[in-house]
Amino acid sequence: MTESLKLTVDRRDALAVIHTEGYINNQSGEEIARVAYLLIEERFTTLLLNLTGTKIVNSIGISILIEIIEKMLEIDGKLAFCCLTPTIEKTFHIMGLAQYAAIYPDEPSALADLSGLAAAP
Amino acid sequence: MAEQAILREVTLTLPLAPDMELAAGKTATAMAELMSMGADRIDEVRMAVVEACINAIEHSHSPDQKVELTFEVLGGREPEILRITVRDAGVGFSPGDVQEPTMEDKLKARRKRGWGLKIMKGLMDDVEIRSGSNGTMIVMTKARG
Repeated sequence: MTESLKLTVDRRDALAVIHTEGYINNQSGEEIARVAYLLIEERFTTLLLNLTGTKIVNSIGISILIEIIEKMLEIDGKLAFCCLTPTIEKTFHIMGLAQYAAIYPDEPSALADLSGLAAAP
Repeated sequence: MAEQAILREVTLTLPLAPDMELAAGKTATAMAELMSMGADRIDEVRMAVVEACINAIEHSHSPDQKVELTFEVLGGREPEILRITVRDAGVGFSPGDVQEPTMEDKLKARRKRGWGLKIMKGLMDDVEIRSGSNGTMIVMTKARG
């Protein structure tokens, strides 16, 4: 019953948006990390994870997202999230993750805020 | 809290295998919908059950390779509380020895995992953990709201 995650990447001038669709568990968390690290190699320092298509995550998947946050902090970059379900957003607050990664209600507001922070690769 | 009657009960036995937690989450959703719980609260129950199952899958080392779940709708004339019990026959652990994770610590640590109990407690109204050498039982409740 393995549910696979679909990822699409939208490279903007100064930041990259990763759109997810499906369950974020250990395997799909690793896939997000793989894509994020490739974007970091391309010199993107601001990444936005758009979780519109993700209705459920588990703590192992989130722990891999924390690894990405750690990596972004190391390079003075920024990982942000948008379009979270209320439960995923509540979970991020329970964990304290929201202190280290901005959460936006939708992609336009995220892009408006983050574009000013991001430097073009 | 006055003693409540069990209005509905469903039991589910799942193998300790990847993604089985989603089957548990679907059953939790169905039971919560049955008692007309609000959508956001249903989603919170589902996520807490997923976490409880993942704990069993990842850590129980249960010789029978199973996790048993009981979903009970409690109430009087109307359904009021959803009680979910997750049992495994694994090696157990000492809940008191589990340090509450923080982002500050996890960002420095090599091991980023260990959030399950904190998430369950944050999403459910009450979480009780009984664990010993014969296994672990997690009892979680959430009011209809």
